[in-house]
Amino acid sequence: MIGLPFVYILAGLTFLAFAVLSLRDGTNPKRWGNGAFWALLALSMLAGDRLGDFGNGLLVLALVAIAGTGQLGRGSGGTTPEVRAARAAQHGNRLFLLALVIPATALAGTFGFEHLPGLVNPKQVTLVSLALGALLALVIGLAWLRPHPAAPLQEGRRLMDSVGWAAILPQMLASLGAVFALAGVGDVVGQLMSSVIPEGSRFGAVIAFTLGMALFTMVMGNAFAAFPVMAAAIAVPVLIRQYGGDPAVVCAIGMLAGFCGTLMTPMAANFNIVPAALLELKDRNAVVWAQVGTALPLLAVNTLFIWWFAF
Amino acid sequence: MSEMWLLSGIAVMVLGFVLRFNPLLVVVAAAAVTGLSAGLDLQAIVSAFGKAFNDTRYVSVVWIVLPVIGLLEAHGLQERARGLIAGLKGATTGRLLTGYLLIRQLSSALGLTSVAGHAQTVRPLVAPMAEAAAEGQTNLTDDEREHVKAMSAATDNVGLFFGEDIFIAIGSILLMVGFLEQQGIILSPFQLSVWAIPTAFAAFLIHGFRLWRLDRRLGQKEAGQ
Repeated sequence: MIGLPFVYILAGLTFLAFAVLSLRDGTNPKRWGNGAFWALLALSMLAGDRLGDFGNGLLVLALVAIAGTGQLGRGSGGTTPEVRAARAAQHGNRLFLLALVIPATALAGTFGFEHLPGLVNPKQVTLVSLALGALLALVIGLAWLRPHPAAPLQEGRRLMDSVGWAAILPQMLASLGAVFALAGVGDVVGQLMSSVIPEGSRFGAVIAFTLGMALFTMVMGNAFAAFPVMAAAIAVPVLIRQYGGDPAVVCAIGMLAGFCGTLMTPMAANFNIVPAALLELKDRNAVVWAQVGTALPLLAVNTLFIWWFAF
Repeated sequence: MSEMWLLSGIAVMVLGFVLRFNPLLVVVAAAAVTGLSAGLDLQAIVSAFGKAFNDTRYVSVVWIVLPVIGLLEAHGLQERARGLIAGLKGATTGRLLTGYLLIRQLSSALGLTSVAGHAQTVRPLVAPMAEAAAEGQTNLTDDEREHVKAMSAATDNVGLFFGEDIFIAIGSILLMVGFLEQQGIILSPFQLSVWAIPTAFAAFLIHGFRLWRLDRRLGQKEAGQ
């Protein structure tokens, strides 16, 4: 059955190519740092299951040491705007069709593999379809545009270098969440929150729940980590059992209050920091600032929704 | 009171981000401080972090789309996206992003969350289109250009977050069903997911209103010149 192992091999080979091309990039003064960084990530993807927990931990420390001491750089080069404009005129709107191959394959795979049981692991069908889409688009692109065979990897490496260390920040934060869980950080936060609920005020309890969801999500970078803590501390004992609130309304909208927190924190790196790197923004928190104006009113609306609909 | 020391990792995170240290260093420091205050030794902390890092590799898989995106960009995808929008009469940043918000919310509500995203659609298509539309509205300053790009990424996030929970088989819905079951409350995913609909409408109205105001700001500047 095709599943995550296949995707990890593909990702490992991609990072390995980035590492080799980085080492050979004479325009990058820090090419050794880049090469080592992507090579370690390739090792993690290809052989992570064989390194052992402590081995993987050392691998992470090595990645952090390279990035934290400023050993990642960027090379120059690439196509000029004039060349790209000329090529854009030559290829026209068919470029969009090729760009849509990845989403179209992800779409077709998500629905299609349901009808071919046993071929793809159903829990991992989305990631497998995304990987197949990337491969398919690459094959079509090579056949149609006829670039130098190494060109896609070279261009990919250039984009990867512009993302830099931010590429592994989401994975690092997810791992930190696991350490927090192991240490029992959530229980302490839950106790703290349940002690600040104003006695006898239903609306106060609703505010404590939605605000707590948003704040703890901002700390953890992930509403999934905040929900069990806040629901066990406030939603179930107070809103549902004491005041008789509808559990479906309280939980569903409470989770969305947490999502408002996700919009306002650099800890949600894959949504907020990675796009700032991908779009080459000067302020790495620019996306967070752009989202605060939507997140705060929406948090207030979610609080009112629970108050109106749950009781 | 000694339990409060467990929160020291959170303090490290906040302080590290405020002081703008490299976030990777901050994360490792927070993990170390939290682990130590929970009574773990250093080797146990390194192992726990390593195991979690290995278990969450799927988070970093998205980068495999970069070679295709890079190839397309080298052949003028962004330029073509700009050209298409520049040729459309009445295309404004706000209208364009509002349309994208709607598509992203609807497709996420159908469970198609990976169809779009920052690497797949925002960088190669949405941001250059929004930029081109803004260039048609005014002489963009550097700050305005940054803001238009940041709003493109923000619009993708808002559309994803406040669409996906309408789909019954999404992770957060399944998490809630499992959690409530442990608490002795039995709900079906559908009972939870319908309650994501009011917030989805509210998110569209609030973010749409902000995009409309962005248009007014970009458009007004031209009239003032």
